[in-house]
Amino acid sequence: MAAAVRQVTSAAAAGSHLWRRLDLLRACPALTLALFFAPVAAGLLGTALPAFGWLPVLGGTQLSLEPWQRLLLAPELPSALRLTLTSGFAASLTSVAIVIIFCAAAHGTRLFRAVERLLAPLLAIPHAAVALGLAFLLAPSGWLVRLLSPWATGWTTPPDLPTVQDPLGLALALGLVVKEAPYLLLMTIAAMAQVEVKESLAVARSLGYGPMTGWLKAVLPRVYPQIRLPIYAVLAYSLSVVDMALILAPATPPPLAVLLMRWFGEADLAMRFTAAAGAILQLLIVVAAIAAWRSAEAGFTRIGRAWIAAGRRGGNARTIRVAVGVVMVALLALASISLLANALWSIAATWRYPAVLPTEWSVTRWLREADDLGPLAWTTIALGAAATLCALALALGCLENERRHGLRVSDRGLWLIYAPLLVPQVSFLFGLEVMFVAVRLDGSWIGLVWSHLLFVLPYVFLSLADPFRSLDERYARSARCLGASPARVFWRIKLPMLRRPALVALAVGFAVSAGQYLPTLFAGAGRFSTLTTEAVGRAAGADRRVIGLYALVQAIVPLLPFALAVLLPARRAIAAAARPGR
Amino acid sequence: MLADRSVLAAPPFDDWNVVVSQARGQTVYFNAWGGSERINDYIDWVGDRVAAEYGITLAHVKLADTADAVARVLAEKAAGRTSGGSVDLIWINGENFAAMKAQSLLFGPFAEALPNDRWVDIIGKPATRVDFTVPVDGLEVPWGMAQIVFLYDTTRVGEPPRSMAALLAWADAHPGRFTYPAPPDFTGSTFLKQALYGLATNPAALQQPATDSSFAEIAAPLWPWLDRLHPLLWRGGTTFPANDQAQRQLLDDGEIDISLSFNPGEASSAIAQGLLPETVRTYVLDGGTIGNAHFVAIPFNANAKEGAMVVANFLLSPEAQLRKQDPAVWGDPTVLATDKLEPAERRKFATLPLGIATLSPADLGPALLEPHPSWMTRLEAEWRQRYAK
Repeated sequence: MAAAVRQVTSAAAAGSHLWRRLDLLRACPALTLALFFAPVAAGLLGTALPAFGWLPVLGGTQLSLEPWQRLLLAPELPSALRLTLTSGFAASLTSVAIVIIFCAAAHGTRLFRAVERLLAPLLAIPHAAVALGLAFLLAPSGWLVRLLSPWATGWTTPPDLPTVQDPLGLALALGLVVKEAPYLLLMTIAAMAQVEVKESLAVARSLGYGPMTGWLKAVLPRVYPQIRLPIYAVLAYSLSVVDMALILAPATPPPLAVLLMRWFGEADLAMRFTAAAGAILQLLIVVAAIAAWRSAEAGFTRIGRAWIAAGRRGGNARTIRVAVGVVMVALLALASISLLANALWSIAATWRYPAVLPTEWSVTRWLREADDLGPLAWTTIALGAAATLCALALALGCLENERRHGLRVSDRGLWLIYAPLLVPQVSFLFGLEVMFVAVRLDGSWIGLVWSHLLFVLPYVFLSLADPFRSLDERYARSARCLGASPARVFWRIKLPMLRRPALVALAVGFAVSAGQYLPTLFAGAGRFSTLTTEAVGRAAGADRRVIGLYALVQAIVPLLPFALAVLLPARRAIAAAARPGR
Repeated sequence: MLADRSVLAAPPFDDWNVVVSQARGQTVYFNAWGGSERINDYIDWVGDRVAAEYGITLAHVKLADTADAVARVLAEKAAGRTSGGSVDLIWINGENFAAMKAQSLLFGPFAEALPNDRWVDIIGKPATRVDFTVPVDGLEVPWGMAQIVFLYDTTRVGEPPRSMAALLAWADAHPGRFTYPAPPDFTGSTFLKQALYGLATNPAALQQPATDSSFAEIAAPLWPWLDRLHPLLWRGGTTFPANDQAQRQLLDDGEIDISLSFNPGEASSAIAQGLLPETVRTYVLDGGTIGNAHFVAIPFNANAKEGAMVVANFLLSPEAQLRKQDPAVWGDPTVLATDKLEPAERRKFATLPLGIATLSPADLGPALLEPHPSWMTRLEAEWRQRYAK
């Protein structure tokens, strides 16, 4: 942290000199770190101090290890940890494997292009909506069983089978894969745009490599470094997910992140000390998991090099190609079906086991909610747009600055930016809230956008960083040789070339903002209602029809930027860039 | 048991009319659980009424968990904000109240100085003055009554089991068809306390603080009973629903046959909303079930204290209480002593329909007192040790 402070101060000093030249660009890294330093420090301190017994407002005025003793003695802890690790790693490994094998097997096919077009809309579906849809599909009283009951199964009442909330957390892992594999695939596709895939494959094919082997040997080594950060984000997310776990994971005990949320919510406020220690443990687990993944990468790299050097050409691998195609289509189908289930529930009046479709329909719910939905959607969109555009400007500013001035956000600075993703939100936000209250920003629009920025910028940055750094420098150099200023090169050459990753970053960032519940409630102090705060509050009543309606609206609103990202034609941007003069 | 008015600090106002005039123009942020359409609609109606009558804007901050608002007040206190807080009124009871009271996070005493407090049934409903055995001391205003009831589907259950022994026998005959919310969910914890009432040889001891020896002795029959019950529960007792709402969904899905709720009107209300089949009915156990009350309170640093008091006072009015008890609106039992009311208002209460699945007060029977909170703490801890692994 101290190094980050030095970085901020030295960069700020550099910034003050440059402000006179109105060089906003050069201030971007300092500004980003400054925007992150105070809230991250507040969030971390708000977690770390209570973890060691310090929270004067609850009478904790002495540092002690008691919270840790209590944590380690908690009867739920071993099972909760096991559940967290198995479901988190299973989900991450499966997602990465599916995405890599699918890219290797299906790149350039019609299936690949069809999947690509579907990705963005599916990414926009909130995690909780997918989880609810899956739960309804898989539950013993759910859609699958209803399709076969009672005529084929004989089950006049639902069977007592653990098909969701299973003790191993498989349903949770499946839910995570359904959401995270499309995200990774989108990141991989954006990364591939910076690598000469076609040319590399043509060479590989001419050397006799099979289509899959050629991709794995010639493309993957250059794509993987670009998707490394998104993979870590998926790992971190899978290990700390709360909303999906509440629906798909077992409850006694739940995974660690859910257990912590429960402890933080306990009426006995002294439990917050133990919960804070648990939050530090959760942070350590995520960091250790990323470190473990990183070292496994090194091992894989050695094996992979030997495998590439061995020069085996690989065959057609038709079976694998068909199989992974089926798996990918199944994942997309699950996501679509979960959305469909929510849509049907939103217009159902009565829909009980074993009816395959609602037995009574009703649109009154939509009519009743219509008045509220407008303002809620507006707040969600305005907030998402503000946070995402800020994040995009800062991320692009940092990256362009890095290219022009070599002033790079250090690795420690990067940890600062990613910290909000690593610490459990419920503990992180307590410290953040104390800071916002102290500087009187709670309940204000600025505080709200700022709090969202903390969770949006990491995703925007990791969506953009590697594609930006992989830009072929020769384009910019040629433009400079033709007399274009650096600014002109940025706006007219780089940005149009980065259109795709930038729009994907915007879309992902918007979806992240639109999904925030606790930050909106805390920083907004209950003054701002979004679709998500309304949806989560209403979901507490477990009425699938209301939940279905909000899940659907929540999915549609973030679709707007996704639709832009997909539909905005590339040619117009490039043509504009090519037009001479200003 | 009743709090003696003389020991309470003086009320925060001398003249109620001054409070009402100061409240005009204020916005009151009412932080309340937002999971029920009917309750949300009722709060909307309250908003319309206090806007028309008192010029107050009521904003319902819909929470998934009361703890989120408690944490916000706590953060404000940690940051030294002693006025201008973000929470004006909070829906609360039991452990959350005890914690906020213990940490001095509440404003007051004010409740007993509200004009409409005189209608409250402090004799017949002692839970309006003692919340989970913790004296209310004027720090919260009673809003509604609660009592544990069991819900069952008459198409699948003939004669429902009316004692803990009968429940075990029923589960043995119908494995996988009953469960209860996982403690420390308050409905789940209350089920444990209810079981203790039914199984303990000396339930009177539950009113005293639990000691190591009294807990070991009184709770002794509970654990073998639970050990036998759990394998017979839904999912073999390996996982439990998160709360009573999730369990109601299981009943509607046909995954279980018996559920439980703290609101005696829950079944009627859920049927009216299409959340349960029309064949669901309510029953209570022989010997009675545990009852308590739920309240509204004002945080110590609330920004619109006057507005919050006026809203709380309106919530206590016969008009608001009558509407709340109407099963077509919410179906939440009143905290008022209806025999104290004007004859016309008393008649309106008397002629309210019960709702299709709601027990009459006679059938509901007397509410058992909440055990001392130390029992709940110990029960939850022991349950965690035994069953949450």
